[in-house]
Formats: sequence, C-alpha cells, structure tokens
Amino acid sequence: MSSITAKKGFGAILWEYLTTVDHKKIAHLYLFGGLFFFALGGLEALMIRIQLLSPDMEFLNEATFNEMFTMHGTTMIFLAAMPLLFAIMNAVVPLQIGARDVAFPFLNALGFWLFLFGGIFLNLSWILGGAPDAGWTAYVTLALDSPGHGIDFYTLGLQISGFGTLISGINFLVTIINMRAPGMTFMRMPLLTWTTFIASTLILFAFPPLTVGIFFLMFDRLFGANFFNIAMGGNSIIWEHLFWIFGHPEVYILVLPAFGIFSEIIPTFSRKRLFGYSSMVFATVLIGFLGFMVWAHHMFTTGLGNVANAIFAVATMAIAVPTGIKIFNWLLTMWGGSIKVTVPMLYALGFIPSFVMGGVTGVMQGMAPLDYQLHDTYFIVAHFHYVIIGGVVFAIIAALHFYWPKMFGTMLSEKMGYVTFVFLFIGFHLTFFIQHFLGLWGMPRRVASYLPGQGFELGNMISSIGAFMMGIAVTLLVINIIITFVKNKKVDNDPWGDGRTMEWAIASPPPYYNFKQTPLVRGLDTYWIEKMEGKKELTPAEPLGDIHMPNNSIIPFIISLGLFIAAFGAMYNPANIVKDGQPWAIPVLIIGLAITFGSMLIRSLKDDLGYHIHKEELEEEGGKA
Amino acid sequence: MKLDEKFTPQTWPVSPETQTLEGKNKFLGFWLFLGGETVLFASLFATYLALKDSGSSIKANELFDPVLVFAMTMLLLTSSLTSVYAIYHMKNYNFKKMQAWFFITVLLGAGFLALEVYEFYHYVHEYHFGFKSSAFSSAYYTLVGTHGAHVLFGLCWIITLLLRNSKRGLNLYNAPKYYTASLYWHFIDVVWVFIFTVVYLMGMVG
Repeated sequence: MSSITAKKGFGAILWEYLTTVDHKKIAHLYLFGGLFFFALGGLEALMIRIQLLSPDMEFLNEATFNEMFTMHGTTMIFLAAMPLLFAIMNAVVPLQIGARDVAFPFLNALGFWLFLFGGIFLNLSWILGGAPDAGWTAYVTLALDSPGHGIDFYTLGLQISGFGTLISGINFLVTIINMRAPGMTFMRMPLLTWTTFIASTLILFAFPPLTVGIFFLMFDRLFGANFFNIAMGGNSIIWEHLFWIFGHPEVYILVLPAFGIFSEIIPTFSRKRLFGYSSMVFATVLIGFLGFMVWAHHMFTTGLGNVANAIFAVATMAIAVPTGIKIFNWLLTMWGGSIKVTVPMLYALGFIPSFVMGGVTGVMQGMAPLDYQLHDTYFIVAHFHYVIIGGVVFAIIAALHFYWPKMFGTMLSEKMGYVTFVFLFIGFHLTFFIQHFLGLWGMPRRVASYLPGQGFELGNMISSIGAFMMGIAVTLLVINIIITFVKNKKVDNDPWGDGRTMEWAIASPPPYYNFKQTPLVRGLDTYWIEKMEGKKELTPAEPLGDIHMPNNSIIPFIISLGLFIAAFGAMYNPANIVKDGQPWAIPVLIIGLAITFGSMLIRSLKDDLGYHIHKEELEEEGGKA
Repeated sequence: MKLDEKFTPQTWPVSPETQTLEGKNKFLGFWLFLGGETVLFASLFATYLALKDSGSSIKANELFDPVLVFAMTMLLLTSSLTSVYAIYHMKNYNFKKMQAWFFITVLLGAGFLALEVYEFYHYVHEYHFGFKSSAFSSAYYTLVGTHGAHVLFGLCWIITLLLRNSKRGLNLYNAPKYYTASLYWHFIDVVWVFIFTVVYLMGMVG
C-alpha cells in the first residue's frame, strides 16, 4: 500500500482506481468522468447549433432534435457540471480544512460509481431505441406520451446518479462539520469550503423531492401507476412542483461552489485577503436559504394565480441582494490589490461581467408579468447559459488551471490557457448575447427549425459561429491537458507563489495521508499567516504519530453495478407503458437488486477497521512530505 | 487496537456511540440522512393530500379500517419503546438485555409488517383498490408502501446486527451501529404517527 513511488502496471493502476477510497483519486475519477460527459454534451450542443444555422435546415429531424436538446441539458447539468464540481471539492476541501480524508471514504467512492453508472445508463438510450425527448425538465404532459423507452432511461439513470449525489452531499457535510483541524473554526473556513458546505445542504434537502418525482414518473410509465394520468385522477402539476423544488436549489448547488472557486482565485492573485469575508459567508447562507423559496418562478405561466406569482416574484428578486454583495466584495478585493493576471484570474475577470448580465436578466424574468412575454423563448436560453457558462463553466475551467498542480503535480500551459480563454469568452458571448434578442423577437426555444423571412437568420448564424468557437476552446483545453500529461514537469507545493490556504502548504500532489501531522490553524488564510512569519510549513497541532487509513474496496463498484443491472429489468418489465415487456426482465431486476443489497450485506458483515501507517514509515519518507 | 478494547460496565463510556471519530461521523451523517428522508416523506405526503380520493370510485372514508390500523399503530409505537430499552441497556453495557429488547423490537416490527401486508391484501381483494386503480390508490400505496419498505429494511438491518455481533459483545466499533439502527427505527415510528394522522384519521373524518 505504501509503495506509492513504485512503478505499477496498467492493470494495477486500473484496480487501484476501481477500488480507491482516497478523496484525491476519487477527484481524478470525477474529473475525467465529468470531462467525458462535458465533451458529449458539447457535441450535442454543436448538433443543435448546426440544425439552427440557417432556416429550414434538415441536419436533424424534429424527433432527433428533441432528443438532442434534452440530452444536452440533462448531460450538462447532472453528468458534467456537478461531477466536475465534485472533482474540485474532493480534491481541495479536505485539504483546506486540514483533514486526512473525507468522513466516509467508502461512501465517497460509492457516490462516484453511482454517478458513473447512472450516466452510462442514461446515455445507452442513444443505441437502445432512442434518447429521452421531453426536455431536461421532462414535464409529464410530454413525458408520459413519449414513445419508446427514452424517458425510462432518463428516470432510471437520474435515479441512480441522484443517489450518488445525495450520498456525496451528506459526506461533505459531515466532513466539514467533524473533520476540521484544531483552530479551524467555521469563520476561518476558506470560501470554497463554505460554499461546498452550503451546496451540500442544498443537495441534502433538494434531491429527495427529485427522487420522489422521478419515482412517480417511473411508476406511471413502468408499473401502471396514475400520479400524472389525468383520466385516472392524476395531476401533472405535481411533477412541475417536485421538479422545481429540486430544480431551483440545483441552480445554487452549481453556482455556489463556482462562487467559492472565484473567492479563492481572486484573493490569491490580488495578493490581498478577501474583502468582507463574513458578509461573503452570510451571503452564501442567505442565497442557500432563499434558493428554496423561489421554485415557482419557473411556473409563472402554469396558472398558480396572482398571489402565488407575486410572492415568488418578490422572493426571486430578493436573491439579487446577497448576490450583489458577493459581486461587490470581489471587486473590492481586487481594489488596491497587486493583481497578477494568470489564466484562473482571467476567468475570474471574465466571470464578473458575464455573470452580472445573467443575473440582471434573471431579475427581469423574476417579474411575473414580463415573464409571460419571455417564457419559453430564447431569452430564457440566453439567461441560463449566461449564469451556467459565465458562472459555473468559467469557474470549473479556472479551477482546473488553478488546482491542476494540486491534483496532478504539473501545471497546465498558461499560454494555451490564454488562447483558450479568448476563444471561449468571445465564442460564449457571440453564441448567447444575440439569443436575448432572438427571444425578444419571438423565437421560441425547443423548436427544431424556423422559416426564412422571420428575421431570425442573422442571429442564429452568429450564435452558431460562436458555438463553434467554444468548441475550439474546449478542444484546446483537452490538448493542453494531454500535452501537460506528456511533459509531466513536476512543480513544488506552492506553484502560484501566492497560495493562501492550507492545501498549498503540502506537496503537489499531496501524499496519500495528506498531512503528516494535523496542522494548527491560527486564522483565516492559514498558510499565508505562516508565510508572513517567514515559515515554510504549517504549525503542527500534534506530535508525529501513527496515521489511521481506510482500506480500499471494490464493493462501491459492485453496489452501483447491481443497480445498473436492475434498471434494465425495471425498464423491460411486462407492465411497462411501451408494451415491449420481456420475460427476462423481472429476474434481471431481482438479480440486480440482489447484487446491490447482497454487497451492502457483505459490507456490514465484514469488519473494515482500516490500517495504520506507522510513525517509522512516515519518518523514513523524510522531509519530502 | 482501541476499537477492540474490552470494557466493563464501570469503564464503559456514557455515550459509547460517539467515542471514536468514526462513531461521531456515523452519528452526524445519519441524522443528516434522516433530514433528507424527512423531505422525501414530506413530498410523498404532499402528493397524497393532493391526490386523495382523486379518480377513485371508493373514497378514503369508506375504505380504511380503524381497528386494524390502531393495532398496527400500537405494535409500532411499542416497538419504538422497546428499542429505547435496548439502547438503555447498550449504554449500561448489558449486552444480553440489549439483545433481548432488540429481539422484541424485531418481533413487534414484523407483526406490524404482517398486518400491513394483510391490510393491502384486504383492500385489493375486498375493495378492488389496487396500485393501478386510480391516482388516489397510487399515491396511497406509494406513501404507505415506502414506509413499509423502510420497516422491512429496518428489520433486516437490526437482525443483521444481532446475528453479526451475537458472539462478541459490545465495543466501540459496534455501539454506533446499534445506535444508528435505533435512530432509524424511531424515525420510521415518527413517520407512521404522521401516516396514522394524515392518512387514516383525517381520511376517516373527511
């Protein structure tokens, strides 16, 4: 186990990653899993933009177009943005609080494998008879009547990956509450840790309604239930509520960690402590709280009535206040700082105006009467891409550059990073700025084509050109990653030179036990304090001693595999709505569940006490850690 | 190692479930999990109330049998009490008594589950009130059935714990396991109190 420096064969490395419970390796898994789905979702986006390049295009037919935008949205939200953020959180948060691992390393691995198997299951729909086609929101008025099994891939796939997300959320909450190093009080936690904490709270309370809603849709389509079947007394509005009670907090689950990432990057490269730390924390908590009070602004045109619309409109606009606090704090952090424009900082600089634009259009849509005009037009598409790309994607790419040395011990090329940024930034605004106007001119979203002479030609052409520029940017990023791996030029613990928080005080990448001695935290920006006193290392809080580590395990993989198998059984069961039941379906369902629950049973029967790294071994490894 | 340390009733700590970091994490993580479960059941309750009596030829006040449900309630509430006794003895390092009270808990829980199976069977065969009959029936079976599935899971959990640890007594490794299992059991009980009130009592009067 401890022979980390020994050369390993491919099989051994594969087995290591299949069984790992180390948060740093799980971060790698999330990163490459997320990047894979990000590329897939990006290709789907390009297909959409080719179809809309000019009027009456016949690149995709209507049915395929529906599948394409549904899978683009679903993939990007559930299988790209969230896993990529989990990658960053896993890589950084335990280090930021001075912990040796997360609270539940086994569950951490389980969360990843559930996500991956859910994602694979969802995408198998492409080759097994058609993808989901009712939009990423899967409104049941469409979803119940969708032909084929596309929607069933959606419900079962998201159910599996959703369990994984919930587990990861609980894991981060417990980690942050219980595993902080001595002296790391809540009000000394770095902002990325704070935003992870709040986002995890949102996951904990927002995912169960999605689980329930998806169960209803699954029961309706596969087992003959009638939750949404109007003829049998069902009510399709229930889905809308459950979906958006999840769906709106989901927006903040994505964007709060993005805020956290920029709150690390901006002080680092302004070489100045974060302005208004406590108001940043307060704003994060407030956004998390208000995030649960605004779901019906997605349903203004559903017809809930003026009173409901008014309440939700006011609550929605209130969220602009804490968000504004954050924006001003970032600006004031830079004010008077000694700014170094590195690639991560460049993304931060690009993020602020882009995200503000997305926020402003958000407030516009929050006004219920105006939303009646904007609803279901490209204005909405422009808005949420401004917040999700301008906020979340910029943050993820910034974090990739910023934390790459901490994750892999090498630096992504800064030069290529600048070029990538230029393509991405210009391409992004080219794609989506014009969509505001397309929407105001009346172009509806989710429609496969438009006619010549409607005035949409130029706007769509510009938008598609922008999309291809973004495609080039992502390709450059991938090339950059490959080149960096090939060069494999190692860097030391603090490659940016201005690291403020604890992760920069230990080797890049950190040893598998993270901290040889648990550090003592003496204030905000722990490592900065030590550096200002002329020290090179953190002050230890304990003498060198044995370190307790968890054992690797293949069981998380098998538990997830079982659910993956069971999902096929559920989908082809004889009661399903498509009426293509198979005789093998019920046995497969039972076998799959037996694998899952059986491996859970084995897990609880077999004691797993972990192992110890002895003091002598740590001393032998010397000062390098 | 420390986890295998042998204790006497005198050296056994007051809160054995939170003596180790693993124990503390389990304790907190499980409470958080129950928070998520609360939202899950809240969603099911909300849906049930929205769909109550909807699309069904038979209404709630014609369907439910108060005597049977009262018996079920008594069984489950009592089982919650016996699990408290079990944890009381766990905290006093009395392994045999803890096992005995958990065993009684399992029996009562199994009794509850048997009655619930009978109840569902009764509704399906006497009233033709099946899962697919109407929106009301789907919502009813999903809410009460999800609770029933939790009871089943809880029973399997406690039985597994009892069998696995039958020969090795109490230590700081398994104390948090007993404790979280009993938390889960209480949670199931609390949910049932709401089901009894919202589904059955409110169903019979309105």
